[in-house]
Amino acid sequence: MSEYIIKNGKVYDPKTGIKGDVADVCIKDGKIADKVSSKAKVIDAKGKTVMAGAVDIHAHVAGPKVNEGRNYRPEDKLFTYKPTGKNTRMSGGFSIPTTFKTGYEYARMGYTTVMEAAMPPLYARHVHEEIKDTPIIDEGALPVFGNNWFVFEYLKNNEMDNVCAYIAWLLKTTKGYGIKIVNPGGSEAWGWGENCTTVDDPVPYFDITPAEIVKGLLTANEQLGLPHSIHIHSNNLGNPGNYETTLATLKIAEGVKAKNKFGREQVLHHTHVQFHSYGGDSWVNFESKAKEVAEYFNKNKNMTMDLGCVTLDETTTMTADGPFEHHLTSLNHLKWANVDVELETSSGIVPYVYDPNIKVCAIQWAIGLELGLYAKDPLRTFITTDHPNAGPFTRYPRVIKWLMSDKSRQEMLKGFKHSEKVIAATNLASLDRELSMFEIVQMTRAGPAKALGLENVFGGLAPGMDADVVVYNLNEDKIKNPEEIETAFSAADCVFKSGTMVVENREVISNGNKRTLWVDAKVPENKQVERDVQMKFLKFYSMTINNYEVSNHYVPNPYVIEVDSN
Amino acid sequence: MDIVKLTLTKVPDLYLEAENVTPDHFAGKTAQQIGELHVHLGNQTAKISDYFSVEGKGGETAADTKIVIAGPTDKVKYIGMKMTAGEIEVQGNTDMYTAAWMAGGKIHVKGNVDSFCAIGMTGGEFIVDGNAKNYLAASYRGDWRGMQGGKVTVKGNAGSDTATFMIGGTIDIGGNVDVHLGTHAEGGKIIIRGNAKGRVGGQMVKGDIFVLGQVERMMPSYILKGEEEVELDGKKQMFQVWIGDMGERHAKRKGEVIYGKIYVPTGAGETAAPAIHTEKRKKLTDKQIEHLKEAFKDQEPTVQQVRTYIYDTFDVDMKPMQVSRLIDGIKR
Ligand SMILES: [Zn+2]
Repeated sequence: MSEYIIKNGKVYDPKTGIKGDVADVCIKDGKIADKVSSKAKVIDAKGKTVMAGAVDIHAHVAGPKVNEGRNYRPEDKLFTYKPTGKNTRMSGGFSIPTTFKTGYEYARMGYTTVMEAAMPPLYARHVHEEIKDTPIIDEGALPVFGNNWFVFEYLKNNEMDNVCAYIAWLLKTTKGYGIKIVNPGGSEAWGWGENCTTVDDPVPYFDITPAEIVKGLLTANEQLGLPHSIHIHSNNLGNPGNYETTLATLKIAEGVKAKNKFGREQVLHHTHVQFHSYGGDSWVNFESKAKEVAEYFNKNKNMTMDLGCVTLDETTTMTADGPFEHHLTSLNHLKWANVDVELETSSGIVPYVYDPNIKVCAIQWAIGLELGLYAKDPLRTFITTDHPNAGPFTRYPRVIKWLMSDKSRQEMLKGFKHSEKVIAATNLASLDRELSMFEIVQMTRAGPAKALGLENVFGGLAPGMDADVVVYNLNEDKIKNPEEIETAFSAADCVFKSGTMVVENREVISNGNKRTLWVDAKVPENKQVERDVQMKFLKFYSMTINNYEVSNHYVPNPYVIEVDSN
Repeated sequence: MDIVKLTLTKVPDLYLEAENVTPDHFAGKTAQQIGELHVHLGNQTAKISDYFSVEGKGGETAADTKIVIAGPTDKVKYIGMKMTAGEIEVQGNTDMYTAAWMAGGKIHVKGNVDSFCAIGMTGGEFIVDGNAKNYLAASYRGDWRGMQGGKVTVKGNAGSDTATFMIGGTIDIGGNVDVHLGTHAEGGKIIIRGNAKGRVGGQMVKGDIFVLGQVERMMPSYILKGEEEVELDGKKQMFQVWIGDMGERHAKRKGEVIYGKIYVPTGAGETAAPAIHTEKRKKLTDKQIEHLKEAFKDQEPTVQQVRTYIYDTFDVDMKPMQVSRLIDGIKR
């Protein structure tokens, strides 16, 4: 395999502690190397920035709800299509791009690993079909567990071994990566036309509370020693005053220590915290509680979060939080799709226009950034837009610009129609912190890789790690205009994925060798769970178990992480 | 104002996509430069000069540019797409998406236009001397933002789904419209001077629809609110006012609930609807049948194709069953 040496760039790498020093990065046989031979191809990065490929811990990029979004929003594709190129296929779409565009755009921005944030197990095959069709980037998918009948019943009966055996079985069967929890109990309650808006609202029929579900899955996750922690979207998303529910959810994890062999330190990852940091009791007195939530995270070092920044675009919301989407469509009166996924989850989709002229939208924009600026530990705070919910992932460069430049934020704040009201309801105007390049690298590379239990594989430049390397045409010390940040991060000078150059001069030149990450947790044989699975398929599921499993041909290039949970 | 004259010299085999034919694209260009602009045919790209002769030149700005289009342009799509200023005059017919997303200026088509014309229009004036087909001034597929401003005038008839998701602006149809007028509308004003087939204002939450002929059948979700004197065309007239769609949410303003409104001249209304049936159910004359035979000679047309042709050409609205029998008869 080919060798490369990236010379004289300003290197940023939390893994090896390099903070913008001029250094060379060597690539050999797909890995970062100490040195290369004289035959190595030289890339001159003088005056440019070099870092590892970025890791997206939470995005909705593959599967039935993404595809239904594409299907029912032809207007999202209008005038966005790019014809087939030399190395690329036809691609398009804005908030719900095609699989091809998803791969190309992530790669051009220097992202090399992406976690699909919500896989309904029943439709896992569809998720993997789309992952397979998404070029370049390595991807995994998190199956949803927070509204699953098996989980409810075992937890209700206090059968922790059975919960673990079921989780291990489902991860293997769906080729999943970890435990996602969406509106615990609430999406199941939605089947009764109800919801759980606090951690103590019992789920109809099952009589279990969100707090019990979260606690149980957290315990199981650590008992199994999975690479990632539980990954939660808590109850009451998107409602004024919901920060109390968020804090009550986080409290469940307080003091619990992580148990695993992957270097992961957190026991709970809370996703798109922006949507969960709202004060007030109506849209009239709606305000930011980012400070309260961020301070809680600052104190509790066994938790991580991603921001879920609102980018003020027209986008498509989609979540396994079925009742929330129904609530949303009754607010904005736009088209609504809704599905009940049998014994497992539900989901909904509604287009949304985050209009800077609407006070609430501008406050939401501020909250996402406040969280990033109040957070003291960038290694536990990750940049996301909950793509496509708060904005498309293609806006990450813009979010990075806002986090790095107070000037760009103040200009936005001044430009809002309800500028004064927005400033009064948030703290952003007085937050002059500007994140450094090193902190951005922690938030987009080392941090998310570590939280996923992949700190020795991705997100760093230590010898032996996967050679995912990016060169951006930007010099932190010489930025004159914040727009340079957005331009540079929008398309890298060059990107290597596992040692293959996939982007050169801002354009995709190779489709790489994409892999699917999944977790194989070995647990003791469990006849009870095997029998329960058989019975549920016979009695309730609309398909047979033989059509359920994601067999190997759906995952042609797997990267399996084995966990011995015996 | 400078004038550019385009004359179609070669009828395209496929449909020609001519989104570059706008004053915005032609402004500041010579005839030669205009000829270099691209057109699409299927997956092929060609130049304007491959299909049109170009005379004259563009004005300094779009507003100073007038485009006159001559020749058999029935298969040319997207004329005037997204134009913001200036003028286009088409002497014949045009295909789909004429004046789509038009934002300003004026387009005058002297013949007929096909479907999806003036969709998503936000401003300007679009005039058709002949007929328009379906989805006139509607929204793009999936979008909830139909016509938002400007004025559309069709002197003949319009097809189905006219003004879907209309938000603002004015539509004035001289003849009849087919089903689904103003579906999902949330504003704007529609005047139909002939008759409207059924399903008028389905899911409309706001906006005004005037039907000066008859509404074939009023939707059951509309309520007759009473009679009202309303000014139209500069004179006060008595109308029956129907409000709805009662199956939808309705906003309130100053304590009053806002509804979509359908105005029908007093005395017309639904009671006269059977008249439409008897008028429309008339048969084709022998001469018309001969014409039809000639038009579909050596073809296997579908019932819908023939039905549309009869509607467009003879202004006779036949039931699909009748058309089917007619086709069988012609074959024999
Ligand atoms: Zn999400």
